[in-house]
Amino acid sequence: MADFIFWIIWALIVASAALVAFGNNLIHSVFALMGTFLGVAGIYIFLNADFLAVTQIVVYVGGILVLLVFGIMLTNKISSAQISQSSVQKWLGLIVVLGVLTIILTAVLPHDWVGSITPMAFNETVAGIGKLLFTEYLILFEIASVLLLGALIGAATLARKEL
Amino acid sequence: MQEHYGIALAFGAVAFLLMYMGFIIQKLIAPNNKTELKMDTYECGEEPEGDGWLQFNIRFYVVALIFIIFDIEVVFLFLWAVVFKELGFLTFVEVFVFMAILIVGLAYAWVKGDLDWVKMKLKYGTGRYSAARLHEAETK
Repeated sequence: MADFIFWIIWALIVASAALVAFGNNLIHSVFALMGTFLGVAGIYIFLNADFLAVTQIVVYVGGILVLLVFGIMLTNKISSAQISQSSVQKWLGLIVVLGVLTIILTAVLPHDWVGSITPMAFNETVAGIGKLLFTEYLILFEIASVLLLGALIGAATLARKEL
Repeated sequence: MQEHYGIALAFGAVAFLLMYMGFIIQKLIAPNNKTELKMDTYECGEEPEGDGWLQFNIRFYVVALIFIIFDIEVVFLFLWAVVFKELGFLTFVEVFVFMAILIVGLAYAWVKGDLDWVKMKLKYGTGRYSAARLHEAETK
């Protein structure tokens, strides 16, 4: 059963990623991207990373995707121009894709993936991450808030017309 | 633990199915008799004008950006909520410092007027706000 679900998630990721890449309507692409994000969250669960899966859903599906939809809806040419994406410079793109594929394959293929897998029981990781974050890595936690503060002020400043 | 994911998945699948069941059933049993008037956008009896694709107000964008920052903050609060009982009051102080730093950013955006819907302090604004600003200048 778990194998079956894994392959369904795999199919969901690949199908929605293909929709994102080949879709003609940008809005449809953004909604298809939701399938990819949810599928990746499912993969995280299979990797025994439940906190990462929830974060993926909360931040990517709940936040980034909304920002992408906003980005399309706020463009000022939305009423005049066709909201479409088209493939330009296909040959250049093919070269880039093949190059990236080569890099990934040279990194992935030499490793013995199946032999190095040790089956693990499903454990929840949230409490463990929380305990480490609030004791051992407390400084990093507080520094993260400074990083977020910088992002917030930077975003607000850039979105403003007059600085 | 694994069966919890199964339950969550079952919930998701049922919700998804129920949502599409409405479409599928109405496709099967509803008469398919489309006229131009029926396919029109319903706008309280008014005839719709223009295109549905219009530019949304740019001010939503700042709100969305600020939302994402606090979205990420919430992720950290989840972790805190799970271990709060175990680690006690000290983590409350830690999270308070964390949130206080972020609220500085919110206060910055507030003071700078990024959250204002009507920007009255525009320097060279024109249009319907210019009359209001004239009035403001006169009363000073």
